[in-house]
Amino acid sequence: MNSGDSKESKVEARGHFERYNRYGYYFLLPFFIIFLIFSLYPILYTIYLSFTDLAGWNTQSNFVGLKNYKSILQNQLFLKSIKNTVILWILNFIPQMGVALLLAAWFTNMKLKLRGTQFFKVVFYLPNVITAASVAVLFSALFSYPMGPINMLLIKLGVIDSAYNFFQNNWATVFIVAFIQFWMWYGQTMIVLQSGILSISESLFESARVDGATDGQIFRHITIPLLKPILLYTLVTSLIGGLQVFDIPFLLTKGGPNNSVLTITMYIYQQAFSGNRNFYLAATASVILLLISIVLSVLMFSVFKDRTKVGRAK
Amino acid sequence: MAHALRTKRTLIYVFCGILTLLSILPFWILLCNATRSVEQIRQGLSLIPSDSLVHNWHVLMNQGFNVWQGMGNSFFIAACSTILSVYFSAMGAYAFTAYNFKGKKILFGMMIGLIMIPPQISMIGFYQFMMRLNLLNNYIPLILPAIAAPNTVFFLVEYMETVYQPDYADAARLEGASEITIFHKIMLPIMKPGLATMGIFAFVASWNNFLMPLILINDQAKYTLPMLVQLLTANIYRTEFGAMYLGIGLTVIPLIIIYLLLSRYIIGGVTAGGLKE
Repeated sequence: MNSGDSKESKVEARGHFERYNRYGYYFLLPFFIIFLIFSLYPILYTIYLSFTDLAGWNTQSNFVGLKNYKSILQNQLFLKSIKNTVILWILNFIPQMGVALLLAAWFTNMKLKLRGTQFFKVVFYLPNVITAASVAVLFSALFSYPMGPINMLLIKLGVIDSAYNFFQNNWATVFIVAFIQFWMWYGQTMIVLQSGILSISESLFESARVDGATDGQIFRHITIPLLKPILLYTLVTSLIGGLQVFDIPFLLTKGGPNNSVLTITMYIYQQAFSGNRNFYLAATASVILLLISIVLSVLMFSVFKDRTKVGRAK
Repeated sequence: MAHALRTKRTLIYVFCGILTLLSILPFWILLCNATRSVEQIRQGLSLIPSDSLVHNWHVLMNQGFNVWQGMGNSFFIAACSTILSVYFSAMGAYAFTAYNFKGKKILFGMMIGLIMIPPQISMIGFYQFMMRLNLLNNYIPLILPAIAAPNTVFFLVEYMETVYQPDYADAARLEGASEITIFHKIMLPIMKPGLATMGIFAFVASWNNFLMPLILINDQAKYTLPMLVQLLTANIYRTEFGAMYLGIGLTVIPLIIIYLLLSRYIIGGVTAGGLKE
């Protein structure tokens, strides 16, 4: 970010006030001390625990080498939790991106002269601010059986004859969780994409329009290509966010029915904080989650470089 | 052509209208049902509030749903972590913007890398570590880590680059001001709008945090609001619907009010930061 500092400012700093530069370290000290204690050490400790057999309320543990990794990669429940997490993410991300892109394109289209876009933005973002725990319990009540509002509404409209127990059906539960995630995040994605589109020079759109391009053509040939860095950025942040999903499925059905919405983070939580308190398995699952996140972060970092280049170029 | 445009516009309004209903209706049903009796809720859906609010309130309170205590606890944690996060992030952002020191690029790169590492990853080690330090059932592990908030530092660095002028600091130095005084008296005030935005996000994130308090706090008197919500999934509420809706409502209403008051800053913050919390 600071590589853009001009030559002059560097020379200037090197001159009169250079001796103040060590304050850069002092001012960063609190950040890095707290980071070392509360983030880095716990991460390293988690990695260490993944090579031990720590469980229950024990404080002592034995080194077991790669045993935990061998067993977790054959653990059906863990593999299922990865699969569930990916399915939930895909089912939420595709409609989220689609709707967000459409809205962002419409709201920035000068020709359409839409009114109330500020109002819509505020309303669409609203679910994102509300406590996920509350949202989960609210939806479990709305979809509850047999007296939930959704059931009563569907019966009244004649869609179904008798109340349907949504949370007894694997796919119904998966779709409800994916829908809630979509509902909480599409407004956020829309705002990010919209600010991306607004950073594209309006003259590009105008000259395309003068050349007789339709809205669809402009969208496909100008908006989407120039938005690529931000689209990738959204994809990766959403994917990493998707790996962390916990609150909604945990409070909606505790992962059921048949563990159909048991996510990776829920697996870690369950192993460590219920039943036998298998910290060793939870730690191993955490390390695998860490590896996935690192791969995605590296990807993110390269995407990010592109993004700043785009920002500079405009 | 003009006709096609009008049709398109109408369709867009209809689409946005549906999404608006989707955003508002769940909360509206929630608020209405919080004021309706169990009988009324059993009879069918209604979008008009009723008169059983007081009854539902009593049921909820008899179940030990101590909403004021929960709010107090959540507020205490969120306020402390917001202040720490904003203050120390501003300090870090100032260090990155104003000073040229060895390893600055590496440290900054490291920090960006950290943004994407979710806290869940260190959850197990964090819990074990806190257990050894005897900090379970304590708010310290929920508050202190806020000092190291990479995404807040990152946002504020971007913000600083638009408002920072080396001359301000240099002039103050010539008058003998110390570096920390310059930070307090000059830099914090010019960062205020950025700090407010990040403060709102930090507060909401801490207020809504569920997983960390869930693993660290056992004592019911120390429960945060999202943890209290968990109690509403208990069996008693399978019959006392009204009380359950009221319980959820009590956790949702303050957020909706604050959001409506601060929406401009929040939307502005999302636009500028583009970061998922």
